[in-house]
Amino acid sequence: MAKELIRLVGCTMEFDGETILNSIDLSINDKEFLTLLGPSGCGKTTTLRIIGGFLKPTSGDVFFDGKRINDIPPYERQVNTVFQRYALFPHLDVYENIAFGLRTQKLPEREIDERVTEMLEVVSLKGFEDRKVTALSGGQQQRVAIARALVNRPKVLLLDEPLGALDMRLRKDMQQELKRIQQQMEITFIYVTHDQEEALAMSDTVVVMNEGIIQQIGTPEDIYNEPRNAFVADFIGESNILDGIMREDYVVETFGRRFTCLDKGFGKDEAVDVVVRPEDIDIVPVSEGMLTGTVTSITFKGMQYDVIVDFKGFKWLIQTTDSPSVGERIGIKIDPDGFHIMPKSKYSGLYGDYSSFSEEYEELSDADFVPGEEDGEEEWHED
Amino acid sequence: MKTKGLAAPYLVWMAIFTLVPLGIVLFYALTDSVSGSFTLANLARIGSYMPIFLKSVWLAILSSAICLVIGYPVAYYIASCSPMKQRFLYMLLMLPMCMSFLLRTLAWVALLEDTGIINSVITSMGLRPLPLIRNGGAVVLGMVYNYLPYMIMPLYTVLMKLDNRLVEAAEDLGCTPGQTFLRVTLPLSTPGIISGITMVFVPAVSTFYISQKMGSSGTTLIGDVIESQFKAAYNPNLGAALSLALMVLVFACTAVMNRFGDGEEVVVL
Amino acid sequence: MKTFNKVFTVLVFIFLYVPMLVLTVASFNKGMDVAVWKGFTFDQYAALFQDGVLLPLLLNSLIVAVVSSLVATVLGTMAALGIHSMSGRMRRLTMAITNIPMTNPEIVTGVSLALLFAFAGQMMKLKSVLGFTTLLIAHITFNLPYVILSVMPKLGQMDPDLRDAAMDLGCTPMQAFFQVIIHEILPGIVSGALMAFTMSLDDFVISYFVYGPGFVTLPVEIYNYTKKPLHPKIYALFTLLFLVILVVMVGMNLMQGREDERRRRARGVFGKGEAA
Repeated sequence: MAKELIRLVGCTMEFDGETILNSIDLSINDKEFLTLLGPSGCGKTTTLRIIGGFLKPTSGDVFFDGKRINDIPPYERQVNTVFQRYALFPHLDVYENIAFGLRTQKLPEREIDERVTEMLEVVSLKGFEDRKVTALSGGQQQRVAIARALVNRPKVLLLDEPLGALDMRLRKDMQQELKRIQQQMEITFIYVTHDQEEALAMSDTVVVMNEGIIQQIGTPEDIYNEPRNAFVADFIGESNILDGIMREDYVVETFGRRFTCLDKGFGKDEAVDVVVRPEDIDIVPVSEGMLTGTVTSITFKGMQYDVIVDFKGFKWLIQTTDSPSVGERIGIKIDPDGFHIMPKSKYSGLYGDYSSFSEEYEELSDADFVPGEEDGEEEWHED
Repeated sequence: MKTKGLAAPYLVWMAIFTLVPLGIVLFYALTDSVSGSFTLANLARIGSYMPIFLKSVWLAILSSAICLVIGYPVAYYIASCSPMKQRFLYMLLMLPMCMSFLLRTLAWVALLEDTGIINSVITSMGLRPLPLIRNGGAVVLGMVYNYLPYMIMPLYTVLMKLDNRLVEAAEDLGCTPGQTFLRVTLPLSTPGIISGITMVFVPAVSTFYISQKMGSSGTTLIGDVIESQFKAAYNPNLGAALSLALMVLVFACTAVMNRFGDGEEVVVL
Repeated sequence: MKTFNKVFTVLVFIFLYVPMLVLTVASFNKGMDVAVWKGFTFDQYAALFQDGVLLPLLLNSLIVAVVSSLVATVLGTMAALGIHSMSGRMRRLTMAITNIPMTNPEIVTGVSLALLFAFAGQMMKLKSVLGFTTLLIAHITFNLPYVILSVMPKLGQMDPDLRDAAMDLGCTPMQAFFQVIIHEILPGIVSGALMAFTMSLDDFVISYFVYGPGFVTLPVEIYNYTKKPLHPKIYALFTLLFLVILVVMVGMNLMQGREDERRRRARGVFGKGEAA
């Protein structure tokens, strides 16, 4: 792979005695699209601001191209930022906003004009030069913010929840757009988001964070298929997380039954977390089922039904195109590759059970409502 | 960050010209005017000025209350106008405050004097002139006149920002307009009321000009006494002691007022 | 209810403007006594420009007001930026100090400064230090909180990322202030400066305790005047000042109106853009 560009070594950040980042180690390659993903307050924005130079880590070092840059102020760094709420300068028009960094460098007027015009084309805002930024729509402001950063030809572009303020449709379009721009400009993007779908769709590398600690680093496929602990499994997509015991290589026991799986390398009879994704479960007649349970609720989701099934008091989420009826007894079948085994962690037992949620919501409304849905509409406020 | 350092010159300035002077007031209050030695005599003499303190506080409370009663409907009305009209009325409110308050007070004297404008009209109708000036009522009038805008401004600020949906919500929940006012509008405008009362009470309780021009010897206020210690009798030590007492009084009143507001942020300006 | 409030408001405004009317009428009165109308004349205005006493005093007031409000604006804006970046105890303490001159009765501020200058005079073995400098210091002191309290809300409303954005694009902190931040907080700085200016121009109580015979301002002189009978030319001056301030305020009002209108329209466009 390409050469390393940024390295964080043991970065810790404390505010008023509270630890926001706990000894983070992270290596970021040149031309990589890397996403910092996690819930609000997980430290992702703090990490970004350390790279941008707006915060100095309490301890630890930041290296850029092999040089330590802890004490380099933001205005001397070869990185530029797209801010969460864009932070466009309200007193300047679109053109002057984009030209701002170039004017600060005191470049000749002709070069400024060339580069701004070029950037306007890249972000498809030709003809908007003289508009007031306050008179632009959210999506247009977003493009100006990207152009304003990219026109300085940074080695790294930092993006702090750049699509957070846009509606769903626009967000999907901008994801494509950002990916295209990144490939066209051939620079490193470091992207902060709480939206797992966004992270999976855009990134080369995803860094999952929680409570100031990196939970897992990997490709989107790795993160989804091989989550390292219950937090990651639950945060990325939907997961049923069950208590299990690894009886031997390729054999896991849960709910009093042994299942064949593809995992090995655990100790004999080691307690583990077993992840089963809702879409990996097939509903079959009771007689053919590996386990049998009772359907407690069904929600139509368009592409599929979300079915909550009670197995001995533990409720599973199953996503299927079949539609059983509430109260019906069903059997389920899971292929060996449907199981993913994780060692126990401090997050074990906290996630992946759909029982508490569904009951709560059934009391609140008559409609069958399956919570825990990450549709990305939720508002998160970092820090 | 370095930005904090920008406040350093200001803090130095305020230390020298606000904190140190208050220390010196304390120092003068505790020293003898002749020998310059330590004494509690100045503080002890404050007691004999108690009636004057009480008079000042009473007149200031009266004017604050009148300002509130007069100011609230005005602020309410201004806040209910269109933005353009609001700006215009607010300007009309500010305008007199930019003019010399000494001369405006003198204009009242000219109006109210025994041979003044109002009494000339009265006598020309063959009636006996009225005693309109040189009494407590005239002093309160002067205070209300001078400080009324200070009451209206914070009330207006609060009422303007009041979310109209809250009023609609109250009406939706069955409140009559009167109940809505008492149970929603009034409680929500408490910060403005507190700030307004403070802004009227403090200058009123410490004034010396209004009482000199519109009052009589019976309405000598604490401000007059302090002023005379510095300008006529020249006993700065007693003056310092009285100033100290006045300051403590005002801070105590402000603290009590803020307690009423549940420690809510007081709207200044 | 609305009608009552309206009528009531009109009455209150009449109450506020009666003295202004009295003084304006008096400025055109031939006689010396405000209460007795002796006929219309412009003589008071002629006397005002010939006498050479009041106008130099007005100039003194203007000098103090301009210099003190400028100094207070610079110091106060710096302080507001500093306080804005503070947090917790430090910030509360600084704001408490800022509030002292605001809550303290003016007479106490005046007395305390008078004693400070007397004390300093004794230290320096001078008979009196009172004069232009002491007046200026006092005015700067009571002007500072007004500037800070009108700049702070603007800093609070400002997008906190703007400063970072400017620095991200290569600005030093100094450049970031002059190229970006100042544009955002300018309305606060201007209104703070104007407030300081008017406060200073009309201040009597504090000035009265710290002025020296060598440098007298208009309000102080008016107070000293009023112990003797007032000459009507002072009403002429009042009327002229009233006109000047009226014009300035109406002008500012119109400007503000246009600004609001522009912003409202900008929002309209923004709304449409979102819908499309």
